[in-house]
Amino acid sequence: MSPVVELIAASKRYGQVEALRGVSLAIEPGEIVAMLGPNGAGKTTSISLMLGLRQPTGGRVRLFGLPPTDRRARSRAGVMLQESGTTGVLTVRELVALFGAYYPSPLPTDQAVAMAGLADKADARVATLSGGQRQRLYFALAICGNPEILFLDEPTVGMDIEARRAFVASIQALAAAGKTVVFTTHYLREAEELARRIVVVDHGLVIADATPRELMSKVAGKRVSFEAARPLAADTFGGLALTALEIVDRRVRFLTNEPETVLRALFERGIELRDLEVAGADLEEAFLSLTRRPEHA
Amino acid sequence: MAPLFRMLVAQTLGELRVRWRTPAFSLTNLALPVLFFTFFGLPVAGQTFSNGVSVGAYLLASFAAYAVGSVMVYGFGIGVATERGMKVDLLMRATPLPPAIAILAKVLNALAFSLLSVVVLIVYCILVGGVRQDLTVWIDITARLLAGSLPFVALGFAIGYSSGPTVAPALANLIFLPLSFASGLFMPLDRLPGFVQRIAPYLPTYHYGQLAWSAVGVPSEPLLTSLAWLAGYTALFMAVTIRAYRREQSLKFA
Repeated sequence: MSPVVELIAASKRYGQVEALRGVSLAIEPGEIVAMLGPNGAGKTTSISLMLGLRQPTGGRVRLFGLPPTDRRARSRAGVMLQESGTTGVLTVRELVALFGAYYPSPLPTDQAVAMAGLADKADARVATLSGGQRQRLYFALAICGNPEILFLDEPTVGMDIEARRAFVASIQALAAAGKTVVFTTHYLREAEELARRIVVVDHGLVIADATPRELMSKVAGKRVSFEAARPLAADTFGGLALTALEIVDRRVRFLTNEPETVLRALFERGIELRDLEVAGADLEEAFLSLTRRPEHA
Repeated sequence: MAPLFRMLVAQTLGELRVRWRTPAFSLTNLALPVLFFTFFGLPVAGQTFSNGVSVGAYLLASFAAYAVGSVMVYGFGIGVATERGMKVDLLMRATPLPPAIAILAKVLNALAFSLLSVVVLIVYCILVGGVRQDLTVWIDITARLLAGSLPFVALGFAIGYSSGPTVAPALANLIFLPLSFASGLFMPLDRLPGFVQRIAPYLPTYHYGQLAWSAVGVPSEPLLTSLAWLAGYTALFMAVTIRAYRREQSLKFA
């Protein structure tokens, strides 16, 4: 099968800033892909290129084998963007029906509204919605055209717990219906929960592209911290399999997958330590260890 | 792909709803011409100029020109600037709706609203002001004003694309009100200061007024002269619009 969306050595420069530095990525029909990375990593730029909202400065982008600005391609894609707005004086139902009219075979309006969890707000004017409800409205606008692929840029920002849960259920339903979903997030937990493939982006490059399980085995799983008997220099830790090293006075913290090996090496180097703690790193910490460059070679 | 005509109908109806529910636009556009006629026109509506033209009909033509022009300038100027400010364009841009359809829907919507505002004014002038003209004259005024409104559509877009939501209303007022005054839309030209009378023939609103005045029998410049001036101003304002639009596109979507 040919990919639904494809970045081919795509790069994007805004003035002096290189937002993407040669990213190649092919997404197949039915995949649920999370683009994961810290703010400014290039996630939104990637999505903008896939949608044709921005043009690459290098490389190519294809959506359904066409340039993404092609109306035939856009008619098969639904979109939820960060920071986009909409007129406030229409009701939820009116706006969803209007957006549906842009697509060749839209969902029934009420179905799209219900899938976004806004059935009880269908007749409310958009301006009266809360932040979370507005986010659901944008989700309704993304799905109302019955698209084959959904692009969701930071979809859960501003959602409360209940809205998030409903959103997760909707994504799972869409996945079950064979839709392709590409979403960005900076929460590893969210990516792991929803996606079958996680693409980690940092500083404009793809630094990992794997299933959640593969990714979890790659990231550092333990946080080690201790107090050293004397102040230590960073090069004391040279050659050891650890990341996210922090030394504050005598307090040392780092992440590693092999705490036993690392600690043995430290003892062999004659380092006295006390107040040792080894704990499972939480997901956010583990994710940090991926996106942060190694402290030393 | 969805049929373009279906998109256009849906988009136009949506825009009409939005405008109708934005009283700052709709009420102002409908009420101001009627109010102006009440203040400036009612006291003299029954009088006749020495050339036999009804003063009421003359003022009605003036305020109808003001009405359509202001729907265009304020509607597009403030409307487009507000939408840009709220980033409505960002989401629309990612949908299959072609920008040309979105713009055409706005123009159709503005024409419909202009029509309504002229009809309201005419009905008011007939019922309250006792202005009498043949039905063909009313139709002629309305058709000329709608057909000749293109420079003001372009002026509105120029304002909407070159200013933000807070500046656009002021800019629209600062441009359109003096233009209307200086062209004799509020009071006859011969009552205005001499230097204004000399400037007037170079203004778009002056030639737009001529379209309306000639319909009620006021001696006017040839129709082709009016149209040529209006076409020239359309080209000028379009050029400004395209410059501002391109600059915005290269910032937002390059």
